[in-house]
Amino acid sequence: MGEPRKDDLTGRETMGHDFDGIEELNTPMPRWWLICFYLTIIWGIGYTIAFPAWPMISGATAGVLGYSTRGEVSEQIEAHEAANAELVSELVSVDLAAFDPQSDLHRYAVARGASVFRAQCSQCHGSGAAGAKGYPNLLDNDWIWGGALEEIARTVRHGIRNETDTDAHWSEMPAFGDLLEGDEISALVDFIPTLPVADWDSPGGVLFTDNCASCHGDTGLGDRSQGAPNLADAIWLYGGDPDSLTQTVTYSRFGVMPAWGQRLTEADVRAVSAYVHALGGGE
Amino acid sequence: MDVVKLALLWLIALVAAYAADQGNDLAFRVHGLIIMLVAAALFVWQLRRTGDARSAPASDVYMDGPVRAGVIATAFWGMAGLAVGTLIAFQLAFPVLNFEWAQPFGNFGRLRPLHTSAVIFAFGGNALIASSIYIVQRTSRTRLFGGNLVWFVFWGYQLFIVLAATGYLMGATQSKEYAEPEWYVDIWLTIIWVAYLVVFLGTIINRRERHIYVANWFFLAFIITVAMLHVVNNLAVPVSIWGSKSVQLFAGVQDAMTQWWYGHNAVGFFLTAGFLGMMYYYVPKQANRPVYSYKLSIVHFWALIFLYIWAGPHHLHYTALPDWASTLGMVFSVILWMPSWAGMMNGLMTLNGAWDKIRTDPIIRFLVASLAFYGMATFEGPMMSIRAVNSLSHYTDWTVGHVHSGALGWNGMIIFAMIYFLTPRLWNRGAMYSTAAMNWHFWLAMIGIVLYAASMWVTGIMEGLMWREVDDQGFLVNSFADTVSAKFPMYLVRGLGGVLYLAGAGIMCWNMWMTIRGYERVSQPVSKMTPPAGDTAAPAATPAE
Repeated sequence: MGEPRKDDLTGRETMGHDFDGIEELNTPMPRWWLICFYLTIIWGIGYTIAFPAWPMISGATAGVLGYSTRGEVSEQIEAHEAANAELVSELVSVDLAAFDPQSDLHRYAVARGASVFRAQCSQCHGSGAAGAKGYPNLLDNDWIWGGALEEIARTVRHGIRNETDTDAHWSEMPAFGDLLEGDEISALVDFIPTLPVADWDSPGGVLFTDNCASCHGDTGLGDRSQGAPNLADAIWLYGGDPDSLTQTVTYSRFGVMPAWGQRLTEADVRAVSAYVHALGGGE
Repeated sequence: MDVVKLALLWLIALVAAYAADQGNDLAFRVHGLIIMLVAAALFVWQLRRTGDARSAPASDVYMDGPVRAGVIATAFWGMAGLAVGTLIAFQLAFPVLNFEWAQPFGNFGRLRPLHTSAVIFAFGGNALIASSIYIVQRTSRTRLFGGNLVWFVFWGYQLFIVLAATGYLMGATQSKEYAEPEWYVDIWLTIIWVAYLVVFLGTIINRRERHIYVANWFFLAFIITVAMLHVVNNLAVPVSIWGSKSVQLFAGVQDAMTQWWYGHNAVGFFLTAGFLGMMYYYVPKQANRPVYSYKLSIVHFWALIFLYIWAGPHHLHYTALPDWASTLGMVFSVILWMPSWAGMMNGLMTLNGAWDKIRTDPIIRFLVASLAFYGMATFEGPMMSIRAVNSLSHYTDWTVGHVHSGALGWNGMIIFAMIYFLTPRLWNRGAMYSTAAMNWHFWLAMIGIVLYAASMWVTGIMEGLMWREVDDQGFLVNSFADTVSAKFPMYLVRGLGGVLYLAGAGIMCWNMWMTIRGYERVSQPVSKMTPPAGDTAAPAATPAE
C-alpha cells in the first residue's frame, strides 16, 4: 500500500495500490467505450421488445414484430410450395409410361429429383450416383429390377427386401456353401467370369446349368422379374474377382433398400425416379 | 494422523482392487487398476515416512514447488494435446489415418474429446492453477494457505486428467461436449476443485494487502463459477456403482440448454476470466508499467461475469430451444462485446510507454499477440451469436476457426508468455536459455494460427453457403458429400498450421529444458575497432542471443 503518485509518462494519478510492484492508474473509462457499451444495452432492450424474449409465468413475450424462427421457415417453404403447386399437381397425376422428356414438367421433375437424390439417396448410391460395392451404379444401363421409368418408380416407392413394405421387391439367393462342395464352388467361380462365351461342358458350366440357370437364365443374362443380376456383362455389384465371387456364391447376398414411398411425398418419389431415369441408363 | 492416512489409503486400494476385478466395463476396470496402483504407492510412501521428524515449513517464503510442477505439467500436457490435435486434423483430411489396427481406441470420435480436454483442462487448467497460486501469493504478500493441500490439488488434478483421457480412449463418455468424463471422475474433480478453492480463498483471506488485486478477482470468479457449472451440468445417476455408465438428470432440450450454459461458460470463465487474471499480472509485470485504468477493470469485471452466464443459448439457435431463450442468449452475447474488449484495452494500454518492448522483448510480443487475438475472438463471438449470422455459421468449420483463433491465439500465446516469464524466476536463472528460440517459437505459432484460422474461415463460410444454396424452385443444389470433398484443400492447410504451432511448442520445451538444467548461453560481443570520431555512444552490448 503506497500513496497515490503521479505517473510521469501519462500524467495520470495512480490509485496508491502496489501489488508486487504493480500499480494502477486512475484513468477514467474511455468515453467512446462507454458510449458503445450503453448503445449495445439500448439496442438489447429494443431488440427484446421487438422479438420474443422475456419468460413470463406461462409462456414468454412474443415480441411486437410477431417473429418466430418456425414461422420464418414455414413462410419460405410455403412461398416455394405456392410457386410450384401447379407443377406438383401435374406431376402426381402424369402417366409415367408416357412422360414426355421434352416437357417443362419433366425438367421440373428432374430438378426436384436431383435435390431429393442429394439429400436421401447419395449416402448409399454416391453423390454422383455411381454407386459403391453393394449399392448399384445408377448411371449405366444395367438394371437389376428394371430400368423403365415406372419400374424405377416402383423400386423407389416400395424398396427392396425391406420388412416395412409388403410390396417390396423380394428374392433370396441360396447360400451355396450349404449345398455344394468347396471344389464345386471353385469350379463355378472359375466359370462365371467366362460368360457369355463359355464352355458349357466344363464342370463349372454343368454346375451353372444345374444350380444357377433357374434364376440367372440359361446363358447367365439374368432375370429382372426376380432381381437376378446379369452375370454375362462386366458389371459387378459385389465384385467380379475370385474372392468376392467365392464369398457371394458361398454365403449369398441380401441387399436391402428402404421403401421411400413411406418417407417421401408422391411428387418426390416420381421426381427422383425421373431424375434417376434421366441419368443415362433409363429405358 | 499417519495411521488414519494409512488406513484410508489401504481402504481405497482395496475398493479399487475390487472395482478392477468386478467392474462392468473396460474403462471402469482399468480406472480401478490405476487408482489401486496410485493408492498402493501412496501407502508405501506414507509408511516409509511415518515416524520421521518433520520440520515445520517456513512460513516466510512463497510456496513455489507446486508452481514449478505446474509449469512442467503445462508444457507436458500442452505437447500431448497439440499433438493429438494435429493428428485428428489430418484424420479429417485423410480418413485412412483412423488406422484399422488402432480401432476403436484411435478413432477420431475418441481422440477428439481427448484433444479438447487435453488442451483446455490439462494445458489450460495447469497453467491457470500454477499462475493463480504464484500470483495470489505475490499480490497478497503471503504464503499459500493450507500447507500441503495445494500438492493434493496438483496431483489430484493430474489424476483427474489421466482418468478422463484414458476413459475417452476406452469409450467411457457421457457425450456432453467438454464435460465428457463419467460420474466418478466428476466427483473426484469436485473434491479437487473445492480443495483448490480453499487454498486460494484462504490465501486471499490471509493477505497482507488492504485491497484484493484485480487478477485475484478474476481467478476467484473462475474457480467459483467453474465449480457451479461443473456440479450442475454433471448431475447424473450411475447405472451401477461398479460401472462407468450413468444417466443424465436432465433430458431433451433442458439437457441441451444446461450443457450449453455449461459449455459457453467453460469458455467464459475457464478460458476468459481465468486467463484475464493471468493477463492482469504478466502484462504490467513484464512491461513494468501501471495498469491502464482501475475503473475500467472494476466495471468490465462485473459486466463480464454478469453477462457471460446468460450467453449460452446462442449455441442452440434454430433448435428445439424456444425462441425467447435464443433471443436472450443473442442479446446478452452482443452486450458482452464491450466488456470483453475492455479487458483487451486494459492490457494493451498498459503498454503505454513500453511499446518499444514489442521489438526487443519476446514475452511482451507473445502477450500483445495474445491480447490481439482476444480482441478478435470477442468481436467475432458476439457477431456469430446473431441469429442471422449463426444460420450461416452454425455447424460449420467457421465455429472451429473461431474457437481456435481464441484458443491458439489468446490462451496459447498467453500460456507461452507465462512459461517464459515463470521458468527463469522459478528455477532462479537469469533468463531463458535462448532468446532466438523464443522468437522462432513466436513466429511459428503466429503463422500456424493464421493458417489455421484463415483456412477454417474460408472453408466454414464455403460449406455454410453450399448447405443453404437452393435453386429458383427451392431445391438443394449440393449434397453433403459435395461439401466434404470441397473442404479437402483447406483441411490440409489447417493440418499444416497445426504442425507449425506444435513445432513452436516443441522448441519451447527444449528451451525450458536447457534453462532449467542451468545451461547459459553467453554471447561474446563483437570486438570493436576504435569508434569513429564523433560517435560517443557507448558500444552497444550485444544482447544475449
